Amino acid sequence: MMLTTPFHSRIAAACELNCWGDWMGYTTPNAYIDVELEYFAVRCTTGVFDLSPMNKYRITGPDAEAYLNRLVTRDVSKIRVGRVGYTVWCDDAGQVMDDGTIFHLAENDYRICAYARATDWLHWSALGFDVTITDETAEVAALAVQGPTSCAALTAMGLTGLDQLKPFGLTEFDFEGESLMVSRTGFTGDLGYELWIAPHKAEALWDKLFAAGKPYLIKPFGTHALEMARIEAGFLQAGVDFMPAEEVVRNGRSRSPFELGLGWLVDMNKSVFNGRRALQQELARGSRYRFAILDVDGNKPANHSFILKGNKQVGTVTSAAWCPTAKTNVAFAQVEMPYGAVGDELVAEIYYQRELHWTRVLAPCKVIDAPVFNHPRRRATPPGNF
Amino acid sequence: MTDNYDVVLVGAGHNGLVCATYLAKAGKKVLVLEANATPGGCAATREFSPGYSVSSCAQWLNQLHPAVTRDLALESHGLQWAARELASISLDLDGQHLTQRGDHVEGGNVTAADSAAFREFHAKTTKFAKLLVKAFEARAPKLVESNLTDRLTLIKLGLGLKMLGRDDMSDLMRIILINMYDVMEENFDSAQLKGLLSLDSLLGSHMGPRTPSTVFGYLYRRVGEVFGHTGHAQVKGGMGALGQAMAASAQAAGVDIRLSSAVASIDVDAGRVTGVTLADGQQIAAAIVVSNADPITTFERLVGLRNLETDTARRVSQIRCTGGTAKLHLALNGLPRFTGLDDRQLGQRLVIAPDMNYIERAFNAVKYKEYSTAPALDISIPTVHDAALAPAGGHVLSAIVQFAPYEPEGGWDAHRETFTQLIVDCIASYAPGIKQQIIASELLTPADLERDYGMTRGHWHHGELGMDQVLMMRPFPGATQYNAAFDGLYLCGAGAHPGGGVMGLAGRNAAQEIIKRGAAA
Repeated sequence: MMLTTPFHSRIAAACELNCWGDWMGYTTPNAYIDVELEYFAVRCTTGVFDLSPMNKYRITGPDAEAYLNRLVTRDVSKIRVGRVGYTVWCDDAGQVMDDGTIFHLAENDYRICAYARATDWLHWSALGFDVTITDETAEVAALAVQGPTSCAALTAMGLTGLDQLKPFGLTEFDFEGESLMVSRTGFTGDLGYELWIAPHKAEALWDKLFAAGKPYLIKPFGTHALEMARIEAGFLQAGVDFMPAEEVVRNGRSRSPFELGLGWLVDMNKSVFNGRRALQQELARGSRYRFAILDVDGNKPANHSFILKGNKQVGTVTSAAWCPTAKTNVAFAQVEMPYGAVGDELVAEIYYQRELHWTRVLAPCKVIDAPVFNHPRRRATPPGNF
Repeated sequence: MTDNYDVVLVGAGHNGLVCATYLAKAGKKVLVLEANATPGGCAATREFSPGYSVSSCAQWLNQLHPAVTRDLALESHGLQWAARELASISLDLDGQHLTQRGDHVEGGNVTAADSAAFREFHAKTTKFAKLLVKAFEARAPKLVESNLTDRLTLIKLGLGLKMLGRDDMSDLMRIILINMYDVMEENFDSAQLKGLLSLDSLLGSHMGPRTPSTVFGYLYRRVGEVFGHTGHAQVKGGMGALGQAMAASAQAAGVDIRLSSAVASIDVDAGRVTGVTLADGQQIAAAIVVSNADPITTFERLVGLRNLETDTARRVSQIRCTGGTAKLHLALNGLPRFTGLDDRQLGQRLVIAPDMNYIERAFNAVKYKEYSTAPALDISIPTVHDAALAPAGGHVLSAIVQFAPYEPEGGWDAHRETFTQLIVDCIASYAPGIKQQIIASELLTPADLERDYGMTRGHWHHGELGMDQVLMMRPFPGATQYNAAFDGLYLCGAGAHPGGGVMGLAGRNAAQEIIKRGAAA
C-alpha cells in the first residue's frame, strides 16, 4: 500500500494529469499540468514541491556533533546553529552511501535529511556515542517553495523578515500557533526556501501559501520539472547519478566523493570519519572515475548515452536534459580517468526514437567547468523583489 | 630507558612475547608494556594460598609450536618439563576409567570395535589437522585480493585438500561445519570415549557437543599433535615458568619489558597509530603499535569505538566472545585418592565428562547465565610431577570447569561459594576423601579471568573459535592479516589468526607480517 504525504488531499486536487510516481513508498506527483509550465514556474515565478517523503532523522544528545563529524565527510563543527550544510557520507571503503543536508537546529540538536533510508547505518554509527536517533520522516511535512517570487510570496503569507535569511540559513516563524521552520535551501539552484511543519498543519499551510502566492503566479511542480531544474543547476541525484554504496551488489559500481566531483565536501583535516582511510589511499593512488558536466551539441538529451573518446568508450551518462533557461543540452557523465578533464572534447552516442524510428547521433560534447544555471538571485540577501 | 621505540607492544602474554622477540631479532627496537606484575599472560603461575602454587590459567602445554620453542631457545631460557606425553583418563564413578594416549584407547566400557574405530578416526583427523596447520603457519589468506603470499597459502590448502583423496576430502567438507555429537555418534559406541573427545572439542569455549563448529574445535586442538605434542605436557614451576622463559628470551633479544604498566589508550590520528598512553598519563610514541590484548579490548577500550569507522566498530561489536570456563584451585594436605586410580595415574590428565549429554546439560545452564550443576572438568594434580608447587606433603589440584557464566543472575558474589562447593562435591564423588584434605580453595570465574588476564568476558580464545571467526574472518573481516583499521596498528594475540591456546603462532605470524610490511607499515 503506497503511503501519502500530509499534503495529499491538496496535491490530488491539483494534479490534473493524474500522473503519479513512487518516492520511497510515497505517492508523489510526476507532473500536475505540464512539465515545461511547472519548470518555468520555478525559474520565472514560484513553484511548490512536496518533499515530505524525504527521510529525516533527528540526532540529539551530548555527542551529537562528534557523532555527525565521524559520520559525514565534512567538518560539522563549522555548521553553526541556525545553519544548514550539504554533505555526503561514505562507508568504510570511502564509497558514497548518500548525500543530504544537516540542519543544525540547536546545540547538539541536528536533523539530517537523506535520500535513502538510513536507520540501520545511523544506529550502527552510534556505537560509542551518546546520541539519540529518531526517525522524523512522518512527523515533519515539508514543502519546497522555489523561484524568483518565492520570497515575496512567502512574505505575503506573513513570513515577515524572510528576506533577511541568508542561503543555507534557518529560521522559525509562528504558523497558527504551530512552529514553522524555514530554511533557505532547495534542489532547483534558484532563489528558494523549504518549509517544515507538523503534519496536522500541512493542509492549512498549503492553502494559505497558495492563497497568498496567487498574485505571484505560484504553481505546484512535480518530480519531472524538478529533474530539469536540478540538472540545469548541476545537482546530483542519489540513485541516478550514483548508487548508494549500501545498495550496490556488484564490485566496483559505487563511487567515492572524489569520483562524483564532491571532493570539496571531504575534509581530510578531520582525524577520523567514515571512509577516511580509504579516501586517503585513493588520494595517493588516484581515482578510477571523474564526474563531468557535458555541454552536448544539438538538442537531443543524451540520456543513457555512452561517452566516447575517439572510438574508445570512456564513460556513460547518468543524467541528461535540455535546459530551457540556459538553452543548453546538458549531461552528467561518469568518465574513466584520465578522461573528462575540463575542456576535454568527447562524443556522446545518443539514440532517440521518433514514431518507432530509431536514430543514432554521435554528438560532440565538451566538458564544462560549472553548472549552466547559476543565477545571482540564488545568493543575494535580501533577494530582489521580483 | 629511551622512548625511542620502533614498536610498542601492548601486553606481555605469550603471543606478545613471541611477537616481540621475533621483531627484536629482526632489528626492531621493541618495548613491551604489561599491566600485570609478571609476564606471560595466561601462561601464569600463582600462589593462591601460602606455599601452594598452581598454573592459574592454562594448565597444560599441548600446542606450543616447535618453531617458537626453537627460535626463542626457550629451554635455554629456563623452560623445563615436569612431565610430558601424559595420557587423558576419563573418570568413571565406579572406577572403570578410560585411558587415551595418542591413537590408543583402553579401559572403561571401550570395546575392541571402539578401539579400532578410534585408531582410524585418529589417523583421519590427524590428516585433517595437518591440513589446518598449512593455513595456521602463515597469515590467513584474503580471498578477494590476488596476492602471491595468499595465493601460495590457498594453493597449499587446495592441494592439501586434494591430496586427502576423494573420500577424506568429502568427509572433511562434510564434518568441519557440523557438531561433535553427530560425528561421535557415527563413529563410536563408548559413551565415555565420546564424552572425552567432545570435551576436547569445546574446552575454553561457549559451546556444547551439539553446537556447530565443535568438530573444527576438535581439529584445532589436534594441531598440537602435528606440532609433535604426543599427549599433554606439564611445565616445571607451572605455566608461569613458560612466561618467564619467554620474557627472558625476549630480553636476551633486546626487548624492553615494563611490568605493572597498564596501557590506557592506543593513540591514533588521521588513519594511523601514533603511540600509546599509559594509565599514569605517560605517552609513548611509536609508528607501530602491536596489541596482544583481545580485539574487543583493543578496539573498544584502547582505541575507542568513536575513533573507528562505522563498519569496523560494528564488526568489533559483533564478535562472539563470551567465556564459559572457570578455574578451580584446591590446596590439599595430601595426595587425593580417586576410586580406581593408582598414584602414577594421578599425574595424568583427569577428565570428568562421562558422556556427551552430561556435557550438553552442563552447557545448557550457561546459555541461561546459570552455572552447571554437574560441570565437566579437566583436572591436573601438578604436584605429582612437581613437588615444589606445594609445601612438603602437600598437593594442589587444578581444574578447568565447563561451564560457568560470565555474569550470573545476582552477580558472582552471590554464587561463588555454592558453585565452589558444587564442583568440590563433583570431584568428591570420584575422590571420596578429598573434602577432608582441602586446606584452601580458589575459584576463578570468567569475570575473574577477565579481571586478572584482561580477556574480554573471560573468553580463553579472545573470541569464539567458530567457523564464522576463524581464518580470514578472525577476528573479523577487514582485520585479518594482523593489521586493522589504522596504519601501524597490529594484533598479535589469540583473537588473531590462527587463534587461542598456548601455541605462539599468532605472535609469530604477526611478527612476520610486520617485518614484511617494513617501517612504512
